[in-house]
Amino acid sequence: MTTQVQETSVTTQTVVDAPIDHAFRVFTDGIGSWWDPGHHILEAELAEMVFEPRVGGHIIDRGTDGSECRWARVLAYEPPRRVCFSWDINLRWQLETDPAKASEIEVTFTEEGPDRTRVLLTHRHLDRHGEGWEAMRDAVGSGWTLDRFAEVAAKS
Amino acid sequence: MTNHGAVLTALADPTRRAIFERLAGSPSAVGDLARHLPVSRPAVSQHLKVLKSAGLVTDHADGTRRIYSVDSAGVAAIRDYFEQFWEQSLARFKAAASQPMREDT
Repeated sequence: MTTQVQETSVTTQTVVDAPIDHAFRVFTDGIGSWWDPGHHILEAELAEMVFEPRVGGHIIDRGTDGSECRWARVLAYEPPRRVCFSWDINLRWQLETDPAKASEIEVTFTEEGPDRTRVLLTHRHLDRHGEGWEAMRDAVGSGWTLDRFAEVAAKS
Repeated sequence: MTNHGAVLTALADPTRRAIFERLAGSPSAVGDLARHLPVSRPAVSQHLKVLKSAGLVTDHADGTRRIYSVDSAGVAAIRDYFEQFWEQSLARFKAAASQPMREDT
């Protein structure tokens, strides 16, 4: 697994020992099976995640109290090769309602064998988060709440 | 010079994250931070020391006080969080994908 970091994007890839269809299905429909349950912006504990399998659908976090958080819009859904979704969370870890200020994640699946699939993930347009990002980079203005990412990092 | 490992360690602590986030909002002295957080001044100082050595926070004198602020040089390391986050997530995904998925649920 390797990662490249550019100014406003991050790219990570991995190879899974699974057929491409299966890999795609686990990533999308099975997102709740691998997503770190500590990583969400609900008030309540995370009960389940739903990946709506269509362009215009959402990735939805559901809390144990019945609350919902639609934190991603599905921008491309092309099984089994490609899926894109938005990152509608701002730098204060609140839902971002302006699509122009959301970053995007593109995931591509490439068949390397009958039971081997390369998965390439790019999280790009981080600069679209706007002022928060610029502010953090310039060390002025409002900050970037790292809580959720750091929680994930701390658990590893 | 920013040590990425030190950044991750520094921000793994919830109190240090709170301090860092507060400083990102506005540069502050130790006393200001201690007033707004449920920790003592010495504890705040200790946390600031860790943040500073990780390259995330810098300080300057303002009369008799020291004002702490977020260090822009260290902020590039914040991208590490995305990097780290997706690496960990894809590792979890890899583990999940390598197991048979239950088709009946």
